[in-house]
Amino acid sequence: MAVCVAVIAKENYPLYIRSIPTENELKFHYMVHTSLDVVDEKISAMGKALVDQRELYLGLLYPTEDYKVYGYVTNSKVKFVMVVDSSNTALRDNEIRSMFRKLHNSYTDVMCNPFYNPGDRIQSRAFDGMVTSMMIQARRGKESLVARAPGAWSPEEAAKGGAEDL
Amino acid sequence: MEGLTLSDAEQKYYSDLFSYCDIESTKKVSANGRVLELFRAAQLPNDVVLQIMELCGATRLGYFGRSQFYIALKLVAVAQSGFPLRVESINTVKDLPLPRFVASKNEQESRHPTSYSSDSENQGSYSGVIPPPPGRGQVKKGSTSHDTVQPRASVDQQEPVSPVVSPQQSPPASPHTWRKHNRHPSGGNSERPLAGPGPFWSPFGEAQSGSSAGDAVWSGHSPPPPQENWVSFADTPPTSTLLTMHPASVQDQTTVRTVASATTANEIRRQSSSYDDPWKITDEQRQYYVNQFKTIQPDLNGFIPGSAAKEFFTKSKLPILELSHIWELSDFDKDGALTLDEFCAAFHLVVARKNGYDLPEKLPESLMPKLIDLEDSADVGDQPGEVGYSGSPAEAPPSKSPSMPSLNQTWPELNQSSEQWETFSERSSSSQTLTQFDSNIAPADPDTAIVHPVPIRMTPSKIHMQEMELKRTGSDHTNPTSPLLVKTSDLSEENKINSSVKFASGNTVADGYSSSDSFTSDPEQIGNNVTRQRSHSGTSPENTAPPPPPPRPQPSHSRSSSLDMNRTFSVTTGQQQAGVVAQPPAVPPRPQPSQAPGPVVHRPVDADGLITHTSTSPQQIPEQPNFADFSQFEVFAASNVNEEQDDEAEKHPEVLPSKGTTPLAPPPKPVRRRLKSEDELRPEVDEHTQKTGVLAAVLASQPSIPRSVGKDKKAIQASIRRNKETNTVLARLNSELQQQLKDVLEERISLEVQLEQLRPFSHL
Repeated sequence: MAVCVAVIAKENYPLYIRSIPTENELKFHYMVHTSLDVVDEKISAMGKALVDQRELYLGLLYPTEDYKVYGYVTNSKVKFVMVVDSSNTALRDNEIRSMFRKLHNSYTDVMCNPFYNPGDRIQSRAFDGMVTSMMIQARRGKESLVARAPGAWSPEEAAKGGAEDL
Repeated sequence: MEGLTLSDAEQKYYSDLFSYCDIESTKKVSANGRVLELFRAAQLPNDVVLQIMELCGATRLGYFGRSQFYIALKLVAVAQSGFPLRVESINTVKDLPLPRFVASKNEQESRHPTSYSSDSENQGSYSGVIPPPPGRGQVKKGSTSHDTVQPRASVDQQEPVSPVVSPQQSPPASPHTWRKHNRHPSGGNSERPLAGPGPFWSPFGEAQSGSSAGDAVWSGHSPPPPQENWVSFADTPPTSTLLTMHPASVQDQTTVRTVASATTANEIRRQSSSYDDPWKITDEQRQYYVNQFKTIQPDLNGFIPGSAAKEFFTKSKLPILELSHIWELSDFDKDGALTLDEFCAAFHLVVARKNGYDLPEKLPESLMPKLIDLEDSADVGDQPGEVGYSGSPAEAPPSKSPSMPSLNQTWPELNQSSEQWETFSERSSSSQTLTQFDSNIAPADPDTAIVHPVPIRMTPSKIHMQEMELKRTGSDHTNPTSPLLVKTSDLSEENKINSSVKFASGNTVADGYSSSDSFTSDPEQIGNNVTRQRSHSGTSPENTAPPPPPPRPQPSHSRSSSLDMNRTFSVTTGQQQAGVVAQPPAVPPRPQPSQAPGPVVHRPVDADGLITHTSTSPQQIPEQPNFADFSQFEVFAASNVNEEQDDEAEKHPEVLPSKGTTPLAPPPKPVRRRLKSEDELRPEVDEHTQKTGVLAAVLASQPSIPRSVGKDKKAIQASIRRNKETNTVLARLNSELQQQLKDVLEERISLEVQLEQLRPFSHL
């Protein structure tokens, strides 16, 4: 499940970063930061070949024991980095690709907004909502719902949520 | 989504609803049309509906598949029963009553007349159930709904956000619900009133009476009659706990809202009877908006480009963030430009915001372009998007970065938009190829620069060497020394090479050793071939680039080698009378050194091979006899095949394709010649008897070779001497060329480094 989604500008500063477990966010920020090197490496490696064949989807950047980091770069060198929980084996490559595609679409919509200055932090609620849905949806893919509401509705739900929660 | 288990009644009900909604019988129901009506009829708050749609995955998919639809219906029932909307609640909440939809659905009425009749009774009870969803909604929506709660008190207009309204309406009833639960802790019947998701408290219209009347109705309402249709409600305890917990969280809201609820309820009741009215644009407002639109864009069917719209709305002095959000809501087809409808919607949102109403999360329906129009606008949006992209709203295209033409929000369009997006990415990436192209050119140049084509030598021996080298070059690129090179620049294919070689060979045979030019070019050829092979060995397949590169003068080469060559040449020319005898001997020394290390050189290639070549070549000279042995056997093997030079030439191309043995095969030919002459001499030098025997056989089998078998000793010895001298010269040449090769390689490396340094900039 996507536990962290980040949009990084061409100059490698973050435009948007969001992680689900709100505690320990710094860890995800750090992972995203280190993954930037891998992204650049992949970009330059592919750059030697014909650029028009360059894939936007970079694939798995690097796996750690708990998480896998996937990368995606647009043609304007805006990078999307997604950190996914390794325990979610149900997330296949295609799903990751589709998630990135959605991210890209939403990012485009943000860019289309004349009130958005490229290079600003992305504060679009629609984008935020999409990312949240993606993160929640990815979690749903695990057939578990983390009870986000403060205070579980019922003991059963709380038990379920706690068990599945990261 | 987890699996959905439905009871029989539910199954039937849902499938009926699905077929009702599935007008086109495509097994997919778009989010528009009847589905929306259905959900509206469920009289759930707008945000709950959206939440349901999101939970069931429709937003993800862009349409309602059968399963999504069923899940959505189940969630409607869940919401109407007052349970929190969770995916798990689909299956965990047992004995859920069927979702209820308001009177507008005639089929439903006919199907569940009894249930419907109970709706009115359940209205009030249901309103009590509301707290859970809105409560949760508040949690989810965070500040938004809280913000909207406060202005609620001052609401004198349409209530934009239904979630906001719901808390206001529900709280009054919630305590009742709670109390009701306590009163009827047992049995599903107590749940029924709640579960009977009657016409939910809709903030507008008839349901309004429910808030106040609902209590009465509800209190007077005990086991609802239509229960028999549904399975009895067994899950009382959890739900009761739910509700008990809920009121606790809602209590605080209750006080706030209770005050405003009455006002809002009245107002809302007054306002409209339809679901969308909070955001409905009145006629005069619309007229005003249209006039404003005209000031910017006279053509009512045209677009307002993003930048113009930005200026216009900035004048409203709203914060940019809010304007950005308004834009997101109103630019429905996401094309960076506003149509008349979109403009009106945006303007309306601005007006609402200025009057203190908070912006909704999703565009209210009344502000949405008509659903049908959506289809049109989708198509139209594509075209105007394209047009806009090409330049009618001239500023719009530049403002889009990936500049996707009209990415439509409509769910059915989702796939199409992705395709558009896909194509667009290719397009944009192709634009990048332009920037990359130059950098790609550069690497090619150094390679070609390094590769120096060498003119064909005119000397037969050289020609043979050339042949051999060419073939070696063409075949395996492993031959480090290839004095042979094609003169023409377009000799890139083997055929050409072979033809030229043949031609050359023919000439050389006639002419013998020719000018020093060809000789001079030898080192170049050698060096070039070496470098060329080197550069291409790793990259291009055989027979592509290396052999043919256009001749390039190498002053250094000529400088270093010409003297030697000239000397050698003079020597060799002097020996020409030895004629065929001398010539062949001159050539073989070259291939010999390359042959002996042949097994070594040809395979590993590159400097190592060259070095071994160089190192072995001097050794080769004294060891020629041994080498001769080696080649003799090859010669013996090859001699039977080759009868004439033409055959040899022909054999060369044949030999070339076969990599492994090739290096040895061509060399043997000239070697053969030399060997013959040498062998003639050697028997006198007292070599191995084997060689003699072989030689004799070889010689005997090759009548075409114009070696004089019966040379007198002197001639033989002279030729030996000449050969040795030639060998020395060639060895020296070889070492010099190797040196030059290294220099050139270093240059190449430095150029590549520079290129690498430059290249990253082209990437950015």
